[in-house]
Amino acid sequence: MRREIPLAITVFVGFLLIISVFFPPVETLGEDFSLSFDIIAVFAFFLGGGNLIRIHLKKLARRETDWMFSIVTLGGFILMLTAGLLKIGNPGDIATSVNTEGMLFESIYRSVFVPLGATMYALLAFFVASASYRAFRAKNREATILLVAAFIILMGSTPLGAMATSWMPESLSIFEIPNLAVWIMSYANLAGQRAIIIGIGLGVVSMSLRLILGVERSYLGKEG
Amino acid sequence: MAVAIILGVLGIGLLWLFIGALKGREVDRRVIFVFILVAVAAPLLVNITFKFEPTPIVQAVFDEFESLPEGSTVLFSYDFDPAMAPEVQPMANVLTRHALERGHKIIFMCLFATGEGQFNVTDREVIQPEFPDRVNGVDWVNIGYKAGNEGVLNVIVTDFKKMFPTDVNGVPYDSIKIFDKIKSCKDLDLIVSIGGGRPGIKEWVLFVGDPGNVPIATGVAAVVAPQLYPYYPKQLIGLLGGVKGAAEYESHFKKVYPKYADMATPAIFMMGPQTIAHIVIMAFIVIGNLIFFLGRRKEGEEA
Amino acid sequence: MSLSQRKSFSVFPAIQFIIIIALTFVLSVNSFAQEATDDTTSVTSVIIAPPTNLLVEDFEYDDGEKLNLIWTPSIDDQPQVGKVTGYQVFRVTNDDVTTKIAELMPGANNFTDQELDKDSTYSYYVTAIANGAEASSVTTSPISPQREWVNFGLTNLFVIALIIGGAIFYFIEMGKRGKKLFVRKIAGLEAVDDAIGRATEMGRPILYIPGIHDMDDVQTLASLTILGRVAEQIADYDIKIRMPVARSLVMTAARETIKASYQAAGRPDAYSDDMVSYITDEQFGYVAAVDGIMVREKPATVFLLGAFFAESLILAETGNHVGAIQIAGTARPAQLPFFIAACDFTLIGEELFAASAYLSNEPKALGALKGQDVGKIIAAAAIIAGVLLETVIQLTDSESAATLLGYLRQAFTT
Repeated sequence: MRREIPLAITVFVGFLLIISVFFPPVETLGEDFSLSFDIIAVFAFFLGGGNLIRIHLKKLARRETDWMFSIVTLGGFILMLTAGLLKIGNPGDIATSVNTEGMLFESIYRSVFVPLGATMYALLAFFVASASYRAFRAKNREATILLVAAFIILMGSTPLGAMATSWMPESLSIFEIPNLAVWIMSYANLAGQRAIIIGIGLGVVSMSLRLILGVERSYLGKEG
Repeated sequence: MAVAIILGVLGIGLLWLFIGALKGREVDRRVIFVFILVAVAAPLLVNITFKFEPTPIVQAVFDEFESLPEGSTVLFSYDFDPAMAPEVQPMANVLTRHALERGHKIIFMCLFATGEGQFNVTDREVIQPEFPDRVNGVDWVNIGYKAGNEGVLNVIVTDFKKMFPTDVNGVPYDSIKIFDKIKSCKDLDLIVSIGGGRPGIKEWVLFVGDPGNVPIATGVAAVVAPQLYPYYPKQLIGLLGGVKGAAEYESHFKKVYPKYADMATPAIFMMGPQTIAHIVIMAFIVIGNLIFFLGRRKEGEEA
Repeated sequence: MSLSQRKSFSVFPAIQFIIIIALTFVLSVNSFAQEATDDTTSVTSVIIAPPTNLLVEDFEYDDGEKLNLIWTPSIDDQPQVGKVTGYQVFRVTNDDVTTKIAELMPGANNFTDQELDKDSTYSYYVTAIANGAEASSVTTSPISPQREWVNFGLTNLFVIALIIGGAIFYFIEMGKRGKKLFVRKIAGLEAVDDAIGRATEMGRPILYIPGIHDMDDVQTLASLTILGRVAEQIADYDIKIRMPVARSLVMTAARETIKASYQAAGRPDAYSDDMVSYITDEQFGYVAAVDGIMVREKPATVFLLGAFFAESLILAETGNHVGAIQIAGTARPAQLPFFIAACDFTLIGEELFAASAYLSNEPKALGALKGQDVGKIIAAAAIIAGVLLETVIQLTDSESAATLLGYLRQAFTT
C-alpha cells in the first residue's frame, strides 16, 4: 500500500493536470496545485532544518573530525533565526520587513551573507580558466572547431576583438570579430541549443508519462 | 605607469610559462589561479578601463526607455541574489536611473526572496542620493517578494492586488498612488526583469509577456544570455548580457546624459578585469595546445 | 463561437458625424462661457473626437469571466502631435451601476475586462481624455461573458500531444509484449558500472548530487530515478554513499529511494538516514558545503545529475581536482558546456531523462524512449519543411508556398 497510494495520486493528478489545459473551467488547476506544493515545501523546511541541527549536534557530541565547524553552522543558524524572528533592531513596527535597513537581520545579510555569496560565485573566474586550459585542446576535428569558436567568442566579448579587426573594410564587416562572435552565438550556437531543447522537451514528455503511468517507480523504491 | 608594470609582469609570466610549455611542462592549476588573481585584481587597483559602443540589442533597451512617454509605468523585477549581484546590480542601477531621469514611474518587486536586499542597494545608491524628490508610493513603490515563483506571475498578470495587497511597508494597495492606473501587468508600459536564474526572465516572458502582451526587456548574467537570443526581438525588446552589456549601457547613458558624467559606472570599471582575464585565459588555451601538440609529436617519434 | 453570440456596436459614419458636430458645439459653448467669465486669462479649449467602433465580444475560451473590448482610437489621438492624453473605460452593469475600470495610455485600442460574472450583463463605453475635454463613445448593448467548456484554440496542441502520447503508449505496449527495441549506446551510462567499481577498489565514497531544485522539477525526479538504480549497485558492493541536498523534500524522497534500493539488494541493515543530509536552500552556501565534502572525503566517483545553475562548474572543477570520476547530466543547456569541459561523462538533456530507463533495461521503460522518437520525427519534418518553404518563398515569391508555410506555422502555434 505504501507505494500504491502515491502512485494512484500521481496517476490521478498527472492526467487531471494534462487534461485541465484544454478545459477553461478547470484551467487554473495547475496553479492551485503548484501553490499547494509551495505550502508543503515550506513546511518541509522543518524537516531539513531539524536534520541540519540533529547532524551537527551529533557531530559535536561525538567530537567527530572537524566538529568545530559544526559550532559555526549551528551558531549561524540560531543567530539568523533569532534576528529574523524577533526582528532585532527593528526601526518600524511589527509589520516591517526583515530586510529593512537597521535590522540586525539585514545588517548580517549585507555584511556577511552578501560577500560570502559573491566569493563563492567569484570562484568561477578561476575555475573557468583552469577548465578552459584543460578542455580546449585540439584533440580532434570537433575539439578544434570548439577551440576556434571559443577563441572568437572570448575575443568578441572584449574590446580587443573590435580593435583587432577594426581595419577591415565595411563590406567585410561580417568578419569583424565582435560580429563573428554574435553570429556564432545567434546561429551556430542557437541551432544546437534549439535541438537540445527540443530533445529535452520530448524527454520531459516521455519521463512524465513514465512517472504518471507508473512505468518508472524506482524513485518510490523497488518492488518486493 | 602602473598599468605598464602590471601588463609587463603578466606578459613576462606568460612568456615564462610559454617557454616551459615548449619543454612540455604542464601548468599547475594554482599557477593559473595566481595569473587570474593578478589579471582580475590589478585593473581594479589601478583602474584600467576601455571604451564601449552599444550593440543593437542593448541599444534597443535604451531606445525603449527613451521612447516611452513621461509618466509611463515600468515594473522592475529583481530576480537575483547577492551572488549574481556583481554582474547584474549595475544594470538594475543604471536602468532605474534612466527610468527616473525620463520621469517614468517604477514598481519594484522580486521573485527571489533575496531580491529585496538587492533593491535596497539601488535605493541607497541611486534613488535616495540622486532623486530625493521622488515620492515613495507616487513615483515609485517597492512591493517586495512573494513566494510562489510563476504562481505569482500567473496571478499578477490579471490582478496585482490579489498577490500584493500591500507594499513592503504594509501600505495598503488602494492607498498607493501608482496603482490608481495599474490593476494588472497588462496595464504596464514595460517590464524589466533583472537576474538570470529561475524564476526569472523566461517565466516573465511565458506567463506575463506573451499572454498579457506587455513589452519585456531584461538584464541577465552573461552565462544565460545566449539562451535568450531566440526571444529577441519578438518576445524581448532588448537584452543586457553580463557585465559587457551593462558597460555598454552605462557608457551610452553617460554619452546621452552628460550631466551624469561623474556617475558610478561599476560595469565599465569591471570590464577592465574581464578583458585582461579573457586575454590571460586565451594565453593559457594557447599554452595548453602547445603542450598537447608537442606531447603528441614526441609520442609519434617514440612510436 | 457563433456570430450571434458576438454583440457588437458599430457607429454609422453619419451618426458619428452628428456626434462630433454636437460635441464640438457643446465644447465650444463651454469654452466661450469660460472666456466670458474670465477674460484676463486666455483658456485654450481643446476639442477632441470620441473613440469609435467600440466592439465588445466574449473572450474566446475562458470560464465565462472575461470580455474583450476593441475600438478605433479618437482621430485626435496621433503620435507626438495628438491631443488625446489617455482613455478611460467604463463598465455599466445590469443594475445601472457605472464603474471606471481602466485608465489607458494614448494609442490604446483594446482592453480585456476580467473577473466578470457570467450570469450578469455588462455594457461599456470608452472616453477619450484631453486637457480639459473628454469625448465618450456610444454605450454598447448589454452582453454576458460566455463559458466555453473546451478550448478549441488548443486543438493543434491536443493533436500533437495525442500523437506523441499515443506513440509512447504504443511502444510501451510493444515493450511489454517483448518486442526488442534498439536504444543507442549512451557512453555516460555505460560508464556507471565502472565508476561504481572504481569506488569499490579505492575504498572511497560515492558522492551523489541531485541538483539544487525541488521535487517539482522533473530533472530532480529523473535524478532520483537514476539514484534508485545506482543505489542498488552501491548496496551490492557495500560502498559508502554521501548525498548532500539543497531541499528538504528532496532529502525525504532520496532517503526513501535509497532505503528501498538497499532493501531490494537485500542489505536493509546497511542503510542509514545519515547517507542523505540537508545542507541549505541557499545556492552558494550549498556549493561551499559540497566542495568542502569533496575536498575532505575525496570521493572516488561523483554523480552530478539534476538541475544545475552557476554552481555547475565550481562543483565539477573541485571534483576534477580531487581526482574523482565524474558523471554529470542536466537539462539546463547553459550548464552543459561546463560539465562537458570538467567531467568525464555528460548526459546531454534528454539523456538525463532516458538514463533510468536505459539502466533498468526494462522493456516498458525502453518503449517510452522509443515513443519519444516519433516526436523527434515530427519536429525534424516540420523544421525541414519550414526551411524548404521559406527558401522557395525567398527565391520565387510563390504564393502557394506562402500559404503552405502559413498552415505549417499555424499547426505549431497555440
